[in-house]
Amino acid sequence: MNREALASLVLAAGLLVVPLIALGLDDPFIVTLATKVAILALAGAGLNLALGFGGLVSFGHAAFFGLGGYAASILASHALNYEPVFVWPFEISGTTSMPVIWLVAMVAGAIAAAAIGALSLRTGGVYFIMITLAFAQMIYYFAISWPAYGGEDGLSIYVRDSFPGLNTLDPLQFFLICYVVLMVALAFCFVLTRSRFGLALQAARQNATRLAAVGIEPFGIRLMAFAISGAITALAGALYADLNRFVSPAMLNWHTSGEIMVFVILGGVGRIFGPVAGAALYIVLEHNLGGLTEYWQLPLGLLLLAVVLYARGGILGLVSRQVRHG
Amino acid sequence: MTGALIAEQVLNGLQLGVMLFLMASGLTLVFGVMGLINLAHGSLYMVGAFACAAVAKATGSFWLGLAASLIGAAAAGALVEIAVIRRLYDRDHLDQVLATFALILVFSEATRWYFGSQPLYLSVPPLLAGPVMLPGGIEYPLYRLALIVAGLVVAAGLFVLIAKTRLGIRIRAGESDREMIAALGVDIAGLYTIVFALGAALAGLAGALVGTIQSVQVGMGEPVLILAFVVIVIGGIGSIKGALVGALLVGLTDTLGRFLLPIAFSSFMDASSATSVGSALASMAIYVLMAGVLVFRPSGLFGQAT
Repeated sequence: MNREALASLVLAAGLLVVPLIALGLDDPFIVTLATKVAILALAGAGLNLALGFGGLVSFGHAAFFGLGGYAASILASHALNYEPVFVWPFEISGTTSMPVIWLVAMVAGAIAAAAIGALSLRTGGVYFIMITLAFAQMIYYFAISWPAYGGEDGLSIYVRDSFPGLNTLDPLQFFLICYVVLMVALAFCFVLTRSRFGLALQAARQNATRLAAVGIEPFGIRLMAFAISGAITALAGALYADLNRFVSPAMLNWHTSGEIMVFVILGGVGRIFGPVAGAALYIVLEHNLGGLTEYWQLPLGLLLLAVVLYARGGILGLVSRQVRHG
Repeated sequence: MTGALIAEQVLNGLQLGVMLFLMASGLTLVFGVMGLINLAHGSLYMVGAFACAAVAKATGSFWLGLAASLIGAAAAGALVEIAVIRRLYDRDHLDQVLATFALILVFSEATRWYFGSQPLYLSVPPLLAGPVMLPGGIEYPLYRLALIVAGLVVAAGLFVLIAKTRLGIRIRAGESDREMIAALGVDIAGLYTIVFALGAALAGLAGALVGTIQSVQVGMGEPVLILAFVVIVIGGIGSIKGALVGALLVGLTDTLGRFLLPIAFSSFMDASSATSVGSALASMAIYVLMAGVLVFRPSGLFGQAT
């Protein structure tokens, strides 16, 4: 077993064990923090697929994260008021069932990512970064100025959505749901990146011209990867909305895009467990530095600068002592 | 709806456009010459606004404040270039995005720490206060008119600088072949610092000028930064001419969209829902414009095909 696989196992086990110990020590807040780590790592895992494996530097993943959140809270609010979401062309009523909400969030995220990707992937490099950022801001401003679902004030979920057979209001059970979803998503990413599709995607990152020369069109591969990536991040958004029982346009803001990107890069770009390491470190820093000083983003910014300038490859890159090629 | 009202909105759109040009020209220059995407450009805008507000408050003179905004932003730009940015030129865009994102956090928190979270206010200098009567009976704030003129003068100055001066020749040479001009004995590191400081000074000037009609606060640069990105995507990255055309297009589209769309919707809707639908769509208008440009010209109106 190489060092990266060992570090991944430690991360997976640690994320499960820490909340259990915390609960034994009667510190339920740690469980909430661990839930947050799991959800943000899931959002990062979505981005990692596009950014790490596909080389598509998206600075607009907040759009999918926020869309997932809004999908959850819009369905829940309609279920609460017994109003259908649509009556035409067919009636869709609200729901508080998590599996249904997840499905809707993922479909919404995939459609949005396919639409944004279809336009943005016509270009590349620095254009792609700016265009994904701009489209995410478009959705952000739309959410602010559209009053039907709370506008600038956001929308509350009064009772956390339900999962068949579980009590989601219990912090540990909700954590376990998020943890299992994260592990399933990471396993999916692992399988995907080793499939024909995943190999073609990584080939498109390394040398698109050569990929085209062997008969695979990079555009379609990239678009598909971007849509899957958007769907995973939207799923994280739906869970995040349920964690906070609240969504607001802040979830769509470009700062969120930057943070999701930070999880991926801090942890290690293009490594399956990179976002888990990154999100865990980020939340630990936020929690501890935030307790020390109100201006905790100042040391965070300096730390990020140091990581970019001197520790390329992130945490898992340091641990595995292996440079990732391409 | 009268002609005077429309003319006033067109002037507002031009004013937004020229201010966006000041931001976008620096961004596009830095990208064109050094190949760097700089998210912290909005922070330099903020530095300019804060420098102007602080000096204007201490001395009572807006003009000294304006000079301070130029000097402060240029100095901050040069400092950041030497300390951080120059290590990023040969990195990929991902590293540049993350490092300059980190710089935003540092700039914003440092400014919040020093000046506090309360917004500062700048007042219009007495010389430019009050309205002015334009031909056709349009009454328009003199300060906003001065912004348009100042922006156009700076734009003209920038074109002359790039096209006619020795520095401009070096900048253009640096754009086309950095190894070659380094081999010809030009101090390329110094040139890059100068270009970065020049872009920073333009952003700082825009911050000070706009800060006078809005409030000066932490985070003020970020919405403008994203508009400036839209501008250079439309105009074509690296092209100053593209930045000017893109900035005016974005300024006019945004301002006229916010003005005209609610009116257009009120012709077949009741007034309150027309306002909300109209303003929601108006906030998306410039992005639709950007998408439209991308469909037909993926590398922008004046960009070189990649």
